[in-house]
Amino acid sequence: MSDRHAWQRVCRWQDILPESGVCARVGERQIAVFRAGEHVFALDNLDPCSGANVLARGIVGELRGELVVASPIYKQHFSLRSGRCLESPRHSVRAYPARVLDGSVWVRARRRLVVVGNGIAGLRVVEELLAIAPQAYDVVVFGAEPHWGYDRSLLSPVLAGETEAEAIELHPRSWYVEHGITLHAGDPVVAIDRGRRTVRSANGVTVGYDRLLLATGSHPVRLDIPGAQLPGVVSFRNLGDLGAMLDAIRPQGRAVVVGGGVLGVEAAAGLRLRGMSVTLVHRHAQLMDRHLDEEAGRLLAASLRARGIDLRLEATVDAVLGATAACGVRTSQDESLAAELVVTAIGIRPNADLARSAGLRCERGILVDDTMQSFDPAIYAVGECIQHRNTTFGMVAPLWEQGRVCAVHLAEVGVSRYVERVRPVQLKVSGLEVFSVGRIAAAQGREVLTLRDARRGVYKRLVLEQDRLVGALLVGDVQDAPWYLDLLQVGRPVTDLRSTLIFGPGATPAAAGAR
Amino acid sequence: MSAGVRTTCPYCGVGCGVRVEHDDDGVRILGDPAHPANLGRLCSKGAALGETLALEGRLLAPRIAGRETGWDEALERVARAFGESIARHGPESVAFYLSGQLLTEDYYVANKLMKGFIGGANIDTNSRLCMASAVVAHQRAFGEDVVPVRYQDLLEADLVVLVGSNLAWCHPVLYRRLAEEKARRPGLAVVVIDPRRTATCEIADLHLALAPGSDAWLFNGLLCDLERRGAADRRFLEEHTVGVAAALAAARASAAEPAEVARRCALPMESVQRFFATFAAAERVVTLFSQGVNQSTSGVDKGSAIINCHLYTGRLGKPGCGPFSITGQPNAMGGREVGGLATALAAHRRLEEPEDRAAVQAFWGSPRIASRPGLKAVDLFEAVHDGRVKALWIAGTNPVVSLPDADRARAALRRCEFVVVADCFPDTDTAALAQVLLPAAAWGEKSGTVTNSERCLSRQRAFLPLPGAARPDWWMFCELARRLGFDAHFAYADVHQIFAEHARLAHGAPGRVLDLGALADLDAAAYDALEPLHWPVGAGAPFADARYAHRDGRARLVPVEPRAPACAPDAQFPWVLNTGRVRDQWHTMTRTARSARLNRHSPLPYLDVHVDDAAELGIAAGELVSVRSRIGVLVAPARLGTDSARGQVFAPMHWSDAFASGARVGAAIPAAVDPLSGEPEFKHAPVRLERTAVDWYAFALLRGRIEPVPAFWWARVPAQGFSRYELAGTGRPEWSSLARQWLAPSAEQDWMEYRDESRGIYRAAAVSEDRLEGVLFVACTPQSPSRGWLEERMTDGRLAPGDRRCLLNGAPLAQGFEEGPIVCSCFGVGRDALKVGIAAYGLVTARQVGARLRAGTNCGSCLPEIQALLDGQS
Ligand SMILES: Cc1cc2nc3c(=O)[nH]c(=O)nc-3n(C[C@H](O)[C@H](O)[C@H](O)COP(=O)(O)OP(=O)(O)OC[C@H]3O[C@@H](n4cnc5c(N)ncnc54)[C@H](O)[C@@H]3O)c2cc1C
Ligand code: SF4
Repeated sequence: MSDRHAWQRVCRWQDILPESGVCARVGERQIAVFRAGEHVFALDNLDPCSGANVLARGIVGELRGELVVASPIYKQHFSLRSGRCLESPRHSVRAYPARVLDGSVWVRARRRLVVVGNGIAGLRVVEELLAIAPQAYDVVVFGAEPHWGYDRSLLSPVLAGETEAEAIELHPRSWYVEHGITLHAGDPVVAIDRGRRTVRSANGVTVGYDRLLLATGSHPVRLDIPGAQLPGVVSFRNLGDLGAMLDAIRPQGRAVVVGGGVLGVEAAAGLRLRGMSVTLVHRHAQLMDRHLDEEAGRLLAASLRARGIDLRLEATVDAVLGATAACGVRTSQDESLAAELVVTAIGIRPNADLARSAGLRCERGILVDDTMQSFDPAIYAVGECIQHRNTTFGMVAPLWEQGRVCAVHLAEVGVSRYVERVRPVQLKVSGLEVFSVGRIAAAQGREVLTLRDARRGVYKRLVLEQDRLVGALLVGDVQDAPWYLDLLQVGRPVTDLRSTLIFGPGATPAAAGAR
Repeated sequence: MSAGVRTTCPYCGVGCGVRVEHDDDGVRILGDPAHPANLGRLCSKGAALGETLALEGRLLAPRIAGRETGWDEALERVARAFGESIARHGPESVAFYLSGQLLTEDYYVANKLMKGFIGGANIDTNSRLCMASAVVAHQRAFGEDVVPVRYQDLLEADLVVLVGSNLAWCHPVLYRRLAEEKARRPGLAVVVIDPRRTATCEIADLHLALAPGSDAWLFNGLLCDLERRGAADRRFLEEHTVGVAAALAAARASAAEPAEVARRCALPMESVQRFFATFAAAERVVTLFSQGVNQSTSGVDKGSAIINCHLYTGRLGKPGCGPFSITGQPNAMGGREVGGLATALAAHRRLEEPEDRAAVQAFWGSPRIASRPGLKAVDLFEAVHDGRVKALWIAGTNPVVSLPDADRARAALRRCEFVVVADCFPDTDTAALAQVLLPAAAWGEKSGTVTNSERCLSRQRAFLPLPGAARPDWWMFCELARRLGFDAHFAYADVHQIFAEHARLAHGAPGRVLDLGALADLDAAAYDALEPLHWPVGAGAPFADARYAHRDGRARLVPVEPRAPACAPDAQFPWVLNTGRVRDQWHTMTRTARSARLNRHSPLPYLDVHVDDAAELGIAAGELVSVRSRIGVLVAPARLGTDSARGQVFAPMHWSDAFASGARVGAAIPAAVDPLSGEPEFKHAPVRLERTAVDWYAFALLRGRIEPVPAFWWARVPAQGFSRYELAGTGRPEWSSLARQWLAPSAEQDWMEYRDESRGIYRAAAVSEDRLEGVLFVACTPQSPSRGWLEERMTDGRLAPGDRRCLLNGAPLAQGFEEGPIVCSCFGVGRDALKVGIAAYGLVTARQVGARLRAGTNCGSCLPEIQALLDGQS
């Protein structure tokens, strides 16, 4: 670790009067060091509003539950912890790590964290970091997509017209500014120099890092068939794809969706809602075969058909037809389906291209340990690009925890390990409630509970092993999903709940007692 | 609303007066305040009479071999069978088996036809099973079958001893009157003598849970004790009785010392002594006895032992005193008055007395007169079984259920050349075995008279038209008589003419208390308007003058040598089976089971087992137990408790094959009878208990019927608009297809199912247009979900919005889990679920909510709402 980032002693504890500040020089900078109660804090001494180096002379106090210093010039209040300007976040100052050790006050210069990937996973780490150690890093984010970070998982409701495209933005532009985050949008990182600890972007920007976070997400798997490159063939991954799909929508328009997993079903349902004629082509006899059993698959299929979606099951697409643009597909059943839009949703593959080219250990994804660290101790990785204990990811929920764990380690404020847990899958198509988690197949040693109510379109399947819930599949009535998920993740024996388990928490003896 | 009709309850021997009013909703049943039996009160059975009137399921046309036909053909058929049998095999080859629920006029005609015109005496009734022992005890003591007590006497007594009577359930209105009197006058002592702790014990100052069948030792002991105390009424004994010395000698021989009594009766010495002292000290004592005494192979002797004590102390014929045999049935007494028993002649005249026979024959002007007793119930069916009786007419009773060794009775009917059954319902166990079924008029459609337990004669009046081809029983017997060639003697235009003839006959017999002469001249209008009245009409209380119907005018004390029950428990059959009624059912339930309300009290057959015995046998509550006696088996779910003593079990007597499988207690009760009265020993059958191993228990609520029931055991409980079935069996039935078959006959019905295969749990419910059509719940053990909530859903018109979700749970969900708008749409978490979760887990922050309940962890757009909920709850 370079000297630049070593802890530096600035003065003795008693040199600072209680509830006041002193000015110190750290490297090239003037830094204001404050004593508030038992703690010390460090901020830039430069007051951005007045342009004067005066903050050390400000008054320490408390405002809205936050320790602040009031600028002696224009009286703005700056958070001692984060440097945020309470009146005008644009004018926030930097905070620095500071601590008291052996009667002395120590300050450390901020380090730089470079984040590659402006998706949920990357930003989640930043959010967590801001919450637990806002002084630790200067953050620079590179995003290949020309947008502010957004929540990809909400593309489906946008396609269905249920959510506005703006609403899926993760943070407004101002958020980056307020937190002093530098964003390079639309400028992918193309190379990492691990020796020099720099990254270089497509636009030629080179930035040094103390810590690098890779959050590059995944690639949609593309069809490897004739015609797959034709215009009109899109995957369903990003706002660009969404735009292409929305552009293709017209009255009497026809679409083929390839792949009957969660994404394919959501794409098909969304396009249908937009008035397209939709045919969904799926390789297996059963939709969402990884998450549903036969019966749930049947219910789902029936419900899609009822929405007017044509299904081709046990079929693949052999070719995309068309000379200059897609005009249809040919299926393995030798059927030609006319379509101007072909949406592929046949799976994702971790995007470890950049890491691989930088010589980081990768298999399917970037290999990380339980702290989200890659084989290079300065490089962390989270999200769909990683491979953790042989698992890769395709959903949002695990990213929350990866982000938290990663932030804790980046901030060096404790120990925390990522533990992979059973994750549920849920379909986001209104009126088509499907929830699936854990092991739902029957097997030796497993006990299966089922509930069916055809008219309500309800099917519930709970799977127990050694008296613990190991799988839950809910169709049509997912209200109790959180409860099952909790039981399953906590792994509590359900012996006492068994007789009413399938009827949900409201049927438990305890709840019935409270009735 | 019409003026209302005053009539009489058709159930128990209390004989309550009933007022029936018609209003827009049908009929209203009220107690008749002017009737001396009940003074306006009614019990649950009486009050529910209105619910048993529906014509659904009624037999409304004669049937021959299942085919509906007209009266002519049916009666021709019956007359031919009877006529041929009489011609070929004599009058003793035919028989009538009647019911204590027929009206006096029905009885009179049947009796006259059999004894005076057919010339045999094979006419017996189910009253034989009820109080025949008391009849003989009365005859032995008084020379005539007279109950020397009225209800009023109970209320005027200082001590009421209830022996072998669960008055609270079997005669509820009388019990209430007694309980009210006791509440008003706590000095009124009540002693209950019953092996079992019953509801009646609630008002008892002392309950003697004596060993089954040991009553005679107790009362012999009492007699000795009374002697020791010098409690005899010497003058009365000398002037008005004979036999005291022999009775005392017999008593001393068996139960001289209280210690011996205590030992014999398995009672604590103090209890015995307290009872004796109480009895001796009370000036006015009524000893009320019922089936617990009568239904015994020594029932007559037990009755005599009781009567002896009253005679010895002169405690009868005075207010507040007397031995009181209470009848089970509404008109057992009426049947006894006309002589409708194989051992009687008519109008308290004796079959064995030539003068009486001559008088009756002369009165009837009949070609012949029976000269020897006919076959008593059990013997009668034995004779049917071995072919001596070839043609049998059964009216208003269900012997295949109610007789002991009921399977043999059933076999007898199967073998019988000709069985005709007159009943209101075509589906009784007995009706199933008849060649000819005759549609009988039911309560509400019939007119006539009945006499209750206290000799109170009152009118039953019709308030409904005869439905279909239904006819009163007397009419059927007259038709048979006509077809047998006796029309001149049976040309009654109506019940009034029959009654007048009966009243004329019941007059002038020397020394008899029964005298209805005063009613012989009632004209039709006066008969119609007849107010309840006690016989002897116009005379004082029976025996007030201490004159008895024996030739010498004296009463008899009868020496009683106590006998143990015919069959003693042994190593093979170590338990004793006791039987009886439950509060809200009547007999074999053909009528009461039609009232959903009545079925709620005790909806299922059961077997009361002492908890400790059950523990030893590994029987859990609700599990099936088979009760095996030497002759047969009864199967019922166990009810664990301490009402029955260890070593004893109790089963209700009501259930027939129409309502349950293998629950007929009669099947397990050997046909041991009292040698004098012919009354069977229903209260004491040695049995062996076994837990019945079944693979599944189930219950179903459905609109239709399950026929046939593919289960080892089942019970059906009719309810309002549906039937409840309880089932148990072995194997692994294909539940799904059974459920479809039972619950959802029509395709529009929709359908839900729950399975927990490894626990053997299957549940299904059928709904149509938001109406619950049926449910089936199956499990490996007797199931806990209470049927109540589902039953309410079956009765209610429509399912409430939240109901559907919890139907297969069998119970509503806790508040907050049923409904509530969705807050987190990503994870489908509703507001109420959030609230409950927040409270249950003590969540404080939105992050915690997310971590626990998932809500807000995806798109997060619900976080403000979650925060608001958090703020609202703190
Ligand atoms: C249509 C759709 C619906 C979904 N629905 C759900 C759902 O309902 N529930 C659920 O849990 N999950 C859902 N998912 C999955 C979920 O969106 C992803 O698991 C999640 O977005 C992964 O986050 P990430 O940050 O790892 O990757 P991404 O969101 O893919 O973010 C990675 C970002 O890095 C960028 N990048 C890649 N390489 C570089 C580079 N070299 N330089 C700079 N930037 C780079 C990419 O362009 C991308 O913007 C859905 C996904 C899609 C596509
Ligand atoms: S007590 Fe007997 S007679 Fe009176 S209402 Fe009840 S069942 Fe009828």
